[in-house]
Amino acid sequence: MAEPFKELLAGKPVFINVGVREFGETLRRAGYDVVLVDWSPPAGGDAEMASLLDELL
Amino acid sequence: MIKLTIVRKNRYFDSVFLMQVAKRITAVPGVRDASALLATPANKKVLTELGFGHGEREADFDAAGPNDLVIAVEGEEAAVRGVASDPEAWLQRPAARDESTLAAGAAQREPRSIREAVEARPDSSVAVISVPGEHAAREARAALDQGLNVFLFSSNVSVEDERALKEAARGRGLIVMGPDCGTAFLCGAGIGFANAVRRGPIGIVGSSGTGMQEFASLVHAAGSGISHGIGTGSRDLSDAIGGISTLTAVEALEADPGTALIAILSKPPGEQAARILMERLGTCRKPVVLCLLGASTAPAGGRRVLAASLIDDAVELALRQSGHAGTVQPRPLAETLRAMAASEAAKMKPGQRHVRGLFAGGTFCYQSQAIFRGAGLVVHSNSPMAGMKALADPRVSRESSFVDMGAETFVEGRPHPMIDATLRRRRLEQEGNDPTVAVILLDFILGAISSRDPVGDLVPAIRAARDSAHRRGDHLCFVASVCGTDEDAQGLAAQRGTLSDAGVFVFSSNAQAADFCRYVSQHLSLRKGSR
Repeated sequence: MAEPFKELLAGKPVFINVGVREFGETLRRAGYDVVLVDWSPPAGGDAEMASLLDELL
Repeated sequence: MIKLTIVRKNRYFDSVFLMQVAKRITAVPGVRDASALLATPANKKVLTELGFGHGEREADFDAAGPNDLVIAVEGEEAAVRGVASDPEAWLQRPAARDESTLAAGAAQREPRSIREAVEARPDSSVAVISVPGEHAAREARAALDQGLNVFLFSSNVSVEDERALKEAARGRGLIVMGPDCGTAFLCGAGIGFANAVRRGPIGIVGSSGTGMQEFASLVHAAGSGISHGIGTGSRDLSDAIGGISTLTAVEALEADPGTALIAILSKPPGEQAARILMERLGTCRKPVVLCLLGASTAPAGGRRVLAASLIDDAVELALRQSGHAGTVQPRPLAETLRAMAASEAAKMKPGQRHVRGLFAGGTFCYQSQAIFRGAGLVVHSNSPMAGMKALADPRVSRESSFVDMGAETFVEGRPHPMIDATLRRRRLEQEGNDPTVAVILLDFILGAISSRDPVGDLVPAIRAARDSAHRRGDHLCFVASVCGTDEDAQGLAAQRGTLSDAGVFVFSSNAQAADFCRYVSQHLSLRKGSR
């Protein structure tokens, strides 16, 4: 079986940051590669509607 | 002086960015105070209590909901109207300063989803997710679907979602750190609230974020270091979750050649989860230190599992068992603490009886209760451990109270108290005005995401509270611990020095600070009994 978490501990992580930008920017300043996602609440902020859409798509 | 609220419909910004907006507005000459918050019910309540949302633009404020932004400004009329005339100007993000972004091309659009982000960087391995709770499970699922490990800072995720996410992750060899995961140290990278600690032979698995920070900082102070610190989320060792992420973390550290010893930090687990965990630890090839905070008895385990119930004890065991040659910082002697406590208690008026703990770190609130309970003392708390009393209203203390200021009530739609000291400062002022209070116990947590000056945020309020107590003839005692290292940007020595200069009793750990407070508390009750 693939063990991506164990592999992660042996290498250098590459991050994707979703939410508070400061978390991603801090990692970046510390020298890590970070992709910042420009996140906003989906479907006008309706979490339930967004989950329904996920299932349909 | 006027108070005005400005509402922007359907505008989402993260709470840390909004705090920076509020700080910039507060710096405008003539502005006395400003907040920029999502209009959650909790935030609206706080603003209403501060006298906002009445009169002018009242209808907009009343109609605002959690997807809307509200800017509340108080100050001289001209200054407040100046801010209100162009609210968008305050909401511009500062241009990216770091060169990596510029090199990548500032014009390049940022990905809008995890899927787009993975397309941009197919070698991504960890998603750091801190969106509002109701959207967190959806984003975590998207990350797992892309083959990413997940660090889930968000809280307010249902137990059902947590279990489903963790099972999905385990089936794919991935991990979900969280929900409600404050801290991780992976391959030298500090994620979330993390301190600058050197790398070394001790691996940590922790369901408590500040517990991991304290443990790692104390290990660093002793000259050793951390291989990895894997957060699991506050509920991982409950029976509902069954320790899924804890098991994944233990297996990974067992296989990691850089880890000589595994330290596990948690509140006492559920009965079933404890059985599963101890069974696994019984076959672990590496020594384990199991720190179950406040546990009176340790579950029976393998011969290589050493038990502790306080973070300081766990650090000592881990250093010793991992072959650390350096000296462990000596702790203050019990008799020294007792003598200091007696001298403080002697200065207090008979009406001063209570200890108030205002914590940024949830683990520190919990561990302090464990220490008081161990001494037969009862306190009230908004997050009470077994044997303690629940506070009916988390905003109002009763008798001796320990308040977790990072609890849901206080952080919904606003930054954690480690970042934004506003609510803790107000609470400190409130406690300082109570003539029954004898001692105020505080924690200060350094690190990359924390406030640039956690001590400086509160010292003026500490001095003011003590001066005002002095004027009414009381002696108010302040006790604190600072969690962090000499390599944190805030500087451990400088932060401790500022507290000492302000007359605060400063200890190296929360356990020591709480221990001193319980001695003072015992002296006060003896004094009461002798009257």
